[in-house]
Amino acid sequence: MTEFTNFRHNPGLDPAVHVWGWEIPVYLFLGGLVAGLMIIAGVRLMIMRPTARQALVCCTIGPLAGLALLSSGMLALFLDLTNKVNVWRLYLTFEPTSPMSWGSWILLLVYPALLANALTHLPEAIPALAKRVPAFVKISDYILARPRFVVGIGLANIAIGVALGIYTGLLLGTLGARPLWNSAVLGPLFLFSGLSTAAALLHGILVLSTPDNERPEFADFLLSMLTRWSEAKPLDIRIAPTLAQADNSFLTIELALIGLLLIGHLTSTAAHQAAAHLLLNGPYAAVFWVFVIGLGILMPLFLQHLELRHRIRHTIAPSLLVLCGGLVLRFVLVAAGQASHWTTALH
Amino acid sequence: MVIDTRRCVGCMDCVVACKTENSVPEGFCRDWITETVHGEFPTVQLEIRSERCNHCANPPCVDCCPTGASHVHERGGVVLVTPEKCIGCKACLAACPYDARFIHPDGYASKCTFCIHRVEQGLLPACVSVCPTHCMHFGDADDPLSDVSRLLASRPNYTLLPEAGTKPGVYYLT
Ligand code: SF4
Ligand code: SF4
Repeated sequence: MTEFTNFRHNPGLDPAVHVWGWEIPVYLFLGGLVAGLMIIAGVRLMIMRPTARQALVCCTIGPLAGLALLSSGMLALFLDLTNKVNVWRLYLTFEPTSPMSWGSWILLLVYPALLANALTHLPEAIPALAKRVPAFVKISDYILARPRFVVGIGLANIAIGVALGIYTGLLLGTLGARPLWNSAVLGPLFLFSGLSTAAALLHGILVLSTPDNERPEFADFLLSMLTRWSEAKPLDIRIAPTLAQADNSFLTIELALIGLLLIGHLTSTAAHQAAAHLLLNGPYAAVFWVFVIGLGILMPLFLQHLELRHRIRHTIAPSLLVLCGGLVLRFVLVAAGQASHWTTALH
Repeated sequence: MVIDTRRCVGCMDCVVACKTENSVPEGFCRDWITETVHGEFPTVQLEIRSERCNHCANPPCVDCCPTGASHVHERGGVVLVTPEKCIGCKACLAACPYDARFIHPDGYASKCTFCIHRVEQGLLPACVSVCPTHCMHFGDADDPLSDVSRLLASRPNYTLLPEAGTKPGVYYLT
C-alpha cells in the first residue's frame, strides 16, 4: 500500500491541474474550423474555372465567416492570457520549439490569405457591399484577370489551412507532461475535425439559404432580414451533396484518428493507459461517448448518408451536430488532458 | 541540488525560507513537502521530500515558451522566467510534469530560481541555508570534486519522473 501526501496547494495546480478553462477549447475549435474553411475555400477556388463569376459559399461566405470566427478565437485566446499587456512579445521573437510561437505567426498569415480568397468573388456574393465600395469590384477583376494569381491564392489557403489545423492539435500534442495529449495524432485529428466542422458549417449555410416552403414563417423572415441587405443572389446549392459527402469522409477519418489515438495510449506506459481510460470508462466517458462519438460523429454520418441517398431531405441537423461535436471534442480533450498526469508518488 | 531523504524531517523550514527570501505571495509556494508512506505494518516506510522545480537539463517548459520568457541561465543549470517577457499563456505550466510552476498574482509564470540572486553572490539558496538537518546540498553536479558529485557517487539516489525525459537536476538520496 502507498499513501502519498502533497503539502503544496498552488491555485490552478492543486489538487488537480486546471490552468486552461473555456477559452482554450473555444480557441482550438474556432482555429480548426477556420483551418477547414481555408482548405475547402482553397480547393474550391482551384478546381473551378478561374474566371467564372459565381456567388460561392465556399470561396466567399466561408472565408468571410472565417475572418470573423478567427477573430473571435483570437479574442478567446487573448482573454486566457494572464499577462495581457505583454502580448506583443509574441511578435518580437520566433521560438522554433514552441508550437504557440509557430501558431502566432501562422495566425498572421491566415488573415491576408482568407481575405484574398473572399475578395476574389465578393461582388457576386454581396452585391450591395460591392456597389458601395467599388474598390471591391476592382480587386476582384484584378485577381480574376490573372489565373495564376487565383491558383496562388488557392494554394496559399490550402497550405496555411493545413498548418493552422495541425498546429491547433500539436499545441496540446507536444505537452508530454499530460499523457492524454502526448500524441502526434492530435495534429491530424484536429485538422480533420476542423475540416468536418467547416464542411458542416458551409452545408448548413447552403441549407438555410435554400428557399423552403416547409420552414416556419418566422424562420424565413429572420433569414430574409439577414440576406436582404446584401442583395445576395441565391447561393449555388448544387454543391450541397458534395459538401455532405466531403463531411462524411472527414468524419470517418476523424473517427479513425480517435481510434489510433486511443490504441497508441492503451499500448503505451501506465500513465498513458490511465489517460485513455479517462475517456473510455472514466469521468469523461459519458461526454466522450455520447456527445463526441455518438451525436458528434456517428449520428451526422448516418443522417448525411441518408441525405446523400435521397432518403431524407438536407437539413441543418447534421451540421449542428458536427459543430457541437467538434466543440465538445476540444472541451473534453482539454479537460481530460489536464486531469491526466504522471505520478511522482513512487520512485 | 541533492536532497537527503533520510535526513529530511518535513519541518518546512525550506518552504518558509523561500517564501520570505523571494516574497512568494500568500497562497502560493515555490517549494513544498511531500510524504510517501509505503508498505504494510510492521515494515512501513516513510519518505519525506522537499520538492521544487527540478531545473531540468531538457526542460519542456523552456521549449514550449512562445516568447522566450522561460529560459536557461547563460551559465546553464538553472531554468528561469523573465516576467517582463511572459504573456501568461500557461503553456509552461501545462508542460511541466512536476507542476512546479504557478501564475503569480501579477500575471506571469513563477517558480523556484535556485535563488540565483544569492548564488551569484556566492551564497547558498535560502532553502539550503536554513535546513536544520543539513539535508540539502547545492553545487555543480558536472564538477566531479563538488560536494554534490561526491554524494551522488557514494549514495544511492534517484530523480523524479526520469521517464518523462526532462533530465531533472534535483537528486534525492535514499
Ligand atoms: S521542473 Fe518543470 S518548471 Fe522546472 S525546469 Fe523542469 S519542466 Fe521546467
Ligand atoms: S506563461 Fe510565460 S513563461 Fe510560461 S510559456 Fe507562457 S510566456 Fe512563457
